[in-house]
Amino acid sequence: MKLFEHEVKEIFRANGIAVPPGRVVSDPAGAVVAYEWLHVPSVVIKSQVLVGGRGKAGGIRFAASAGEAAEVTRNLMGFNIKGEIVKSVLVEPRLDISKELYLGITWDRSARAPVIVASASGGINIEDVAHENPEAIKKIHVDPDLGFEPFVGRELAAKVGIPREHSQIFAEITGHMYALFVRYDAELVESNPLALTGDGKLIAADARLNILDDALFRQKEFGAKASDRLSELPPLERKAKQLGVQYVELDGSVGIIGNGAGLTMATLDLVKYYGGEPANFLDAGGGSSEESFLRALGVLAENPKVKLIFVNILAGITRCDDVAKAIVKAKTELGLNKPLVIRLAGTNESEGRKILSENGMSAYSAMEEAAKEAVRVARAGEASA
Amino acid sequence: MAILIDERTKVLVQGITGREGGFHAQQMIAYGTKVVAGVTPGKGGTLFGGSVPVFDTVEEAVNATGANASVIFVPAPFAKDAALESIEADLPLTVVITEHIPTYDAWRFISHARRKGKRVIGPNCPGLISPGRSKVGIMPGSVFERGVVGVVSRSGTLTYEIAYQLTKAGLGQSTVIGIGGDPIIGTGFVDALEMFNKDRVTRAVVLIGEIGGNDEEMAADYILKEVRKPVVAYIAGSTAPPGKRMGHAGAIVSGSEGTVAAKAESFKAAGVQVAVTPDEVPRLVASSLKKTSA
Repeated sequence: MKLFEHEVKEIFRANGIAVPPGRVVSDPAGAVVAYEWLHVPSVVIKSQVLVGGRGKAGGIRFAASAGEAAEVTRNLMGFNIKGEIVKSVLVEPRLDISKELYLGITWDRSARAPVIVASASGGINIEDVAHENPEAIKKIHVDPDLGFEPFVGRELAAKVGIPREHSQIFAEITGHMYALFVRYDAELVESNPLALTGDGKLIAADARLNILDDALFRQKEFGAKASDRLSELPPLERKAKQLGVQYVELDGSVGIIGNGAGLTMATLDLVKYYGGEPANFLDAGGGSSEESFLRALGVLAENPKVKLIFVNILAGITRCDDVAKAIVKAKTELGLNKPLVIRLAGTNESEGRKILSENGMSAYSAMEEAAKEAVRVARAGEASA
Repeated sequence: MAILIDERTKVLVQGITGREGGFHAQQMIAYGTKVVAGVTPGKGGTLFGGSVPVFDTVEEAVNATGANASVIFVPAPFAKDAALESIEADLPLTVVITEHIPTYDAWRFISHARRKGKRVIGPNCPGLISPGRSKVGIMPGSVFERGVVGVVSRSGTLTYEIAYQLTKAGLGQSTVIGIGGDPIIGTGFVDALEMFNKDRVTRAVVLIGEIGGNDEEMAADYILKEVRKPVVAYIAGSTAPPGKRMGHAGAIVSGSEGTVAAKAESFKAAGVQVAVTPDEVPRLVASSLKKTSA
C-alpha cells in the first residue's frame, strides 16, 4: 500500500527526519490560508497522488502570491495524472536547494537483504541514474545480525561524498529511515530529493513509503486506509481485489483466466505470440475452487472490452470439474454470453470434460492449440464487427 | 539419486492439524512420501489420520521420529516462528509453503538458516518433488514422472504445465523445485543449478523464470561459468506492462531491468536455449539430450 506524500512527511517529521512545513488542502480557499500561514514569498503546490512521475506530468507547480496559490490549486484539483485524479494538494515553502541527493531503502532480491541506496545525483528518476550512471549510486546491505548501526550511515555518507559538515546528520537520517523501514514493514522508504538547502540543512523535500500489503495484518493503523485506497484503482481491478483474485487490466480484447500467476502470465504471452491482444491478467488462484472461478468469470463478463474469454486451466489442486461447473453456472446464472475458449488438463479432467459436453461445450487439452483458437475467434469477431 | 529429497526423506509437517496442512499431508502420504510427524503447538499427543504422531514442538518430533525435513503450512503471522523452530532443531531442509509472509520475517529466518548452514526453500512456493520417490509440498503428483530432467522454477502452476508437457513427451524428471515468487527466498536458481550440476541422475535442466529482478541474469552468469549440462529456459511475462504486479510480488518490470528480452539475451549469451512457448521446452530438452548422449 502506497502512502501519500503528506502522510509520509508526517511520519518523517515525527521520527527525526526534517521535512518542510506544509498544509494539505483541497480547494482554493484552503490554499490561500496555507499560503498565509506559511508566510513565505514563494510556495510549491504538489498534487497528492500515488503514481510516480507527477512532476513531469505537470502535477507540481509554484505560486508567488495568495491569489496565485488559489489559482494553481483550482487548476490542479481534478487534474488527471496518469489515470489518477488529484483530490488534494500539499502547499509548502519553495526551498532554496543547493544540492539534490537521493536516499532510499528497499529489498534487494539477489543479496536477500535490505539495501540502503544513496546518490549525490538526486531529484530525478533514480532508475534512470542507475541505468545511465551506475557509479553515481552507492549501496550498503544491512547485515541481519547487526541491523543498522550509526557507522553504516557514516560509511554511506563518505561513499556518496556528502560534505563533512553534513555527514553526521545524513547518517542520522539514514538510521531514522531504516527504523521506519522495519517498523512499517516497508517495501520502500525514500526521499528524492533529500535536499541540501542554501542555509545548510538536509530536508526531505519529497517522501515515499510503501507498506507491504502482506504486513497490513500487523500495521493496523493502515488497515482501514488500505480499503479506502482501493478507490484509487480502476473499477474492475478494485472489484477483483475485493473478491480476492489477481487482476490487471490491459488494452486488448482477449479476456484471460488462468490458475496461478506464472501460468496466467504464460497464457498472456502465448496469446500475444499468436497475434492476439490480451485484455487482462486474471489469476483465479493456484488452488481455486468453483466459487473463485465463478467470481473470476464474473469480473470478465462485466468488461465490455473483452470479446471472448480464454480459460486456461492446468489443474493440480484445482479440479477440472469445479472449473467446468463454474463455467456452466456463469452462463446460466451470470448470463455470460461472450464466446469461450477452454483448455482443461490435469486433475479430474474427464469429469470436467463430461460436464462441458453435457452443456454443449468442449475443451482443448493443449494450451498452445487453445491459444491459437482464442486468437482466431477474436480476429473473426473483429472482422465481423 | 535426485536432489534434496528421495525415498529416505522423513518429513514432518508443521501445521498438520490446519486445513491446508492436513489436506496436503494426506496428499503427500498418498504419493508415498514418508510423513513421520506433525507439529502443532497444543495438539501434541494426538494422531493425525490415525497414524502420524503429532507433537507440540519440532525438537520433540525430531527426537522421536528422526525427521530430516520440515514442510510449513502455518498461517503467515506465525510462519517466521515456525521456520526458526525448524532451523534451530537442525533440520537440514525447511520448505515454507505459506504465502503472504512479510518480507522482514522471511529475511529473519532465511538469514538465520544461511548462518547455520541449513537449506530453506520458499516461502510462498509449491515445494519440491523427486518423482516416484518423494514429494514435499503441494505439487500435484500426477503430472510428474521419474526421469533425468531437473526443473527449477519461480512459479507454481506454470511448473506443473511444463512438467506435464515434459512427461507427455516421455521426458521424466529427477527433481522439480518451485523456489517461490517472493522478493526474499531461501533457495535461488543458482543454488538449485549447483545441486543439479552435481547430481548424477540429472542430465539436463529446465529453468522457468519470469519478469522482475535479476535472478535469471545471475543464473545465466553461473551457467556460463560452471554448468556443462544442457539448460533450457522459459521466461514468462513478455506481455506484462511496466510497473504492474503480475500476481507474484517479484514479478514487476521496472525500466528495462527485469524484462523477458533482457533475460533471454543473458541466457543465450550463456549458451542456454530459450523456449518461446511452453511446448517448445520438451522439444529443446529432447534434442539437447540426444546431442549429449551422441
